[in-house]
Amino acid sequence: MIIHSIFFYIFSIIAVFSAIMVTVSRNTVHSVFFLILDFITISCLFIMIGAEFIGMIMLIVYVGAVAVLFLFVVMMLNVSKQKNEWLGGEKNSNHIPIGLLISGVIFFELIIVVGGWKYKPELLKTFSSIGIDLSTTNTHEIGKVLYTDYIHLFQLSGMVLLVAMIGAIVLTFRQREGIKRQSYFKQISRERNEGVELADPKNNEGVKIDV
Amino acid sequence: MFEITLGHYLVLAATIFTIGVVGIFLNRKNIIVILMSIELILLAVNINLVSFSIYMNDLVGQIFTLFILTVAAAEAAIGLAIIVIYYRNSGTIRVQEIDKLKG
Repeated sequence: MIIHSIFFYIFSIIAVFSAIMVTVSRNTVHSVFFLILDFITISCLFIMIGAEFIGMIMLIVYVGAVAVLFLFVVMMLNVSKQKNEWLGGEKNSNHIPIGLLISGVIFFELIIVVGGWKYKPELLKTFSSIGIDLSTTNTHEIGKVLYTDYIHLFQLSGMVLLVAMIGAIVLTFRQREGIKRQSYFKQISRERNEGVELADPKNNEGVKIDV
Repeated sequence: MFEITLGHYLVLAATIFTIGVVGIFLNRKNIIVILMSIELILLAVNINLVSFSIYMNDLVGQIFTLFILTVAAAEAAIGLAIIVIYYRNSGTIRVQEIDKLKG
């Protein structure tokens, strides 16, 4: 148990540090790197607490797809030269102290709620019947629930991904002017008498070719 | 102290959530960092759901974590596409210069 708590503290310190570095760091590429470190650390926490499937899926989806997408866009837009100045802008507007104040209030409210939080005793009996069965693996359990009780939500999330994919393609699609493209319709609908002409060359005169 | 309870995970999630909110409020330059802060906030929500799911012995929290993961991926894709076309149209993605809605 003490090993568990030591690992928890190590991972959470790394997670909080890298989350701070994501917002503070001056170079956007460094922010993406710290975001990747944060995702990996949190997924280590998930694997340690016993949710292996979620941890692995977070590694695949966040580190493998989302963070690489961020890195790709950052490199493509060349924003690493635009420094990410945190507290100082050209005009030091007045929403920095108000933002700090409001986020401090949010943090203390959350901490107060966590500290003084207790279940109503009759609520404990009405939990859903989907308990965690420790005799099988976590993936097996999630599969048994996800593909039966939550199959409609699962398919709807697939629709969300499809809409996001089509939306991203439609948004970034651009028809450039002045690029020669192959036109299948023109190629196929070309007739013989448009392309070939029979000529009857006379002697010593040749054929006049009009291009 | 050495017994890791649900409260430890909730405090960690609250800390990461607040850091994400601070990143949105106080970022003055770069809109990609704001998107990354949104990802941090969704990550904090995921920590909450998974830790409640484990400590309350109820699997539904992990199912909803999967859905949040899906929505986060879709949101990142759409947001980055919007950023790319904005950069293509106006040549900058600095927060202070994005003021077309001011009229």
